[in-house]
Amino acid sequence: MNLIVAILSGAVVYAVSVLYAGIGETFTERSGVMNLGVEGIMLMGAMSGCVTAFHTRNLALAMLIVILTGAVLGLIFAFLTVTLQSDQTVCGMAMLILGTGLSGFLGEDIASKPINLKFTKIPLPVLSEIPIIGDILFNQNLLVYIMYLLLPLATFYIYKTRWGLKLRALGENPAVLDAAGENVFAMRYGYIVFGTTMMAISGAFVSLAQTNVWQEGMTAGKGWIAFALVAFSSWNPATLALGALLFGFISNLGSNLQIYLPGVPTEIFSAMPYVATIVVLIISTGNFRKKHTAEPAALAKAYDRESR
Amino acid sequence: MKEPILEMRNITKKFGKVVANEDVNLTLNEGEIHALLGENGAGKSTLMNVLTGIYKPNSGAIYYKGNKVKIKSPRHAVDLGIGMVHQHFHLIPTLSAAENVFLYTPSCKRVLHKKEMEDAIENCSKEFHLDVDPSAKIWQMSVGEQQRVEIIKLLYRGADILILDEPSAVLTAQEAVEMFKNLRKMAESGKSVVVISHKMNEVMQFADRITVLKGGKVEDTMLAEEATVERLTKAVVGDREFVPQTNEGSAKKEQVVLEMKDVVVKNDKGLNALKNVSLNIHAGEIFGIAGVAGNGQKELAEVIAGLRKAEEGTIFLNGEDVTKLSVKERIRKKIAFIPEDRLTMGLVPGMTMDENRVLKQYNEQQFSKHGILKKKAISDAVDAEIERHEIKIVGKSAPVSLMSGGNQQKLIIAREISGEPTLLICAYPSRGLDMGAAEAVRQILLEQCKKGVAVLMISEELDELFQMSDRIGVLCDGEMMAILDSHETDYETVGRLMSGERYE
Repeated sequence: MNLIVAILSGAVVYAVSVLYAGIGETFTERSGVMNLGVEGIMLMGAMSGCVTAFHTRNLALAMLIVILTGAVLGLIFAFLTVTLQSDQTVCGMAMLILGTGLSGFLGEDIASKPINLKFTKIPLPVLSEIPIIGDILFNQNLLVYIMYLLLPLATFYIYKTRWGLKLRALGENPAVLDAAGENVFAMRYGYIVFGTTMMAISGAFVSLAQTNVWQEGMTAGKGWIAFALVAFSSWNPATLALGALLFGFISNLGSNLQIYLPGVPTEIFSAMPYVATIVVLIISTGNFRKKHTAEPAALAKAYDRESR
Repeated sequence: MKEPILEMRNITKKFGKVVANEDVNLTLNEGEIHALLGENGAGKSTLMNVLTGIYKPNSGAIYYKGNKVKIKSPRHAVDLGIGMVHQHFHLIPTLSAAENVFLYTPSCKRVLHKKEMEDAIENCSKEFHLDVDPSAKIWQMSVGEQQRVEIIKLLYRGADILILDEPSAVLTAQEAVEMFKNLRKMAESGKSVVVISHKMNEVMQFADRITVLKGGKVEDTMLAEEATVERLTKAVVGDREFVPQTNEGSAKKEQVVLEMKDVVVKNDKGLNALKNVSLNIHAGEIFGIAGVAGNGQKELAEVIAGLRKAEEGTIFLNGEDVTKLSVKERIRKKIAFIPEDRLTMGLVPGMTMDENRVLKQYNEQQFSKHGILKKKAISDAVDAEIERHEIKIVGKSAPVSLMSGGNQQKLIIAREISGEPTLLICAYPSRGLDMGAAEAVRQILLEQCKKGVAVLMISEELDELFQMSDRIGVLCDGEMMAILDSHETDYETVGRLMSGERYE
């Protein structure tokens, strides 16, 4: 029983670590922009959070810096892809390389040093005393609880509000919104910056909640997993959460089973999430899916008013 | 006497040195359907773009409901009550009809209630007799229904003036009649309608007044009942000699050039686009294919040209089975193909006329030696064709994308017929061309037919089909509904077959 609780509660933590980035990417892609640099931006978030926490001993300030880091990176990406209308794939790759390299460079001083300041587990009164479920869901850190609120909010926003309707239209056919007098460029800027901010928070979750240390490249492919899950979920936050939980489960299953199956090489277990990523990507992007997928029709296409 | 709701006075719009509208006056009365007739480039769209705030006029004034207005943006025009249905619909395919309408309505609530939205649209569609299912997604709708959603979008936003850009171009004959009836009802309830068109028949039949634009100026304005084909033709094309070419039924040879037997073809989605289609075309015959776009015409042309595989059935050219031959082998067997989309399949837009001209024949003796192009020979051949077909050029080193549609089409036809084909497939040869250019293209096709070439002509325009074809095959949903002698049938019959009604 303890094993199951450990696996499932670990799965929740793992899921949240990719969900912030996943929701960010969902909104960005819904607006018609594809940001491939998730991994790099997560690393920048993880690094900036650790550095600030290490030097100031202030977790709230650390998160503020994380959010600002994400926003600045988002503005750069938006300037390149929306204003200059550069190729989104190339710019995404540039963000990835920039984030990976810059975070390694700026975080060098504190690399592998314990921070001793993290998001600790806060058992919620009453709820955490529910047997099993309480331990799995309600004995977690603050960022996990925020995610519990964020998920329904994101779903509600996309499908039930006026802005959500515009967001969906923006990724399908920006010319329609332009003709209706909306500012396509400003909207895309907004969603890109929101996306990168969420990605940076995802990174900070890895370095300040899951672990409590900065190491170069420590997100270890979580950005790509988040990216893959967005397509897998058909750009729907609720499905995204299910996918993230599935990944969390697979990942934790591996690390917990290692103890019980010593004969199996550990590499097999640590490779499991990545194998799952590949499978998910093939399933979600393969041509055998029905014609009308949920993919925003204008995804990865710069909007140029003149070229109508 | 109806009051004018809108007056455009002395509108002039220039783009650099090009004058698109010059001193144009247009009055629109309340509750009337006003048709704007003219060739491509006559300034119809520019004028409407001035009215909807996309362009700002260089001079002239607009009076709307008695007041002088300056229309600053499309948004402003919509706020005033002037809305336009563009030829390419501004709809989001994955959203429902109701969602599309509300996307266009800034005053809608922050939190959306599906039911409320759909009820509102339902009421609006009932009020104006526009049959639309508010919860259906756009991609599931027919083009006619999509058009109704576009109109509802404007009406729900409170538009008093509706501008429709070639609304019947995408509809079947029956759907077009239905649409014009709906427009009439809207006009009776006080809305004013402007219809941009280049079809004289429908304009005479359905409009109250007709204004003809030519070369950016108003050539003539008349009440519809005063209009005659002669008067309109003269206004539209001017003094240019204009004799509609007809197929006088050239000396038909008995030889069957193309024969298709039970051909089945799949479309890009993997569904059957052609279902057991059989036909045969004789030398010197024009065989017309009628049908609403997307009913298998594209696949029919491509399977004969060899661009698409026949799943079942056989295709014979002059008695020889060509079903399995590649595109190149078929070109050698003298099949020529004028594709529907000039700038994607017909020409390489960024290359010059010379380069485009030899795309299919670059390795013929005449044009190259040891793999090196004979520039002079190519250039001479093109010069000769420019003269023969009266192609207007923008310069021989300029990319063909700068040429007008009509001249691009002539270049493609010149290339295709230079190989002296036995079979000429042409998909929508006059699509998007103005009357003059379209006539010139038809003239070339008729010449080919007289020379004994078998011509397969796909078209959406019944006028063109009846004028040109010996026989007409009607495609609906991939089925050959009937093959009719064009001299023994009528528009009504063909129209009904196009919409899927069986032939008794």
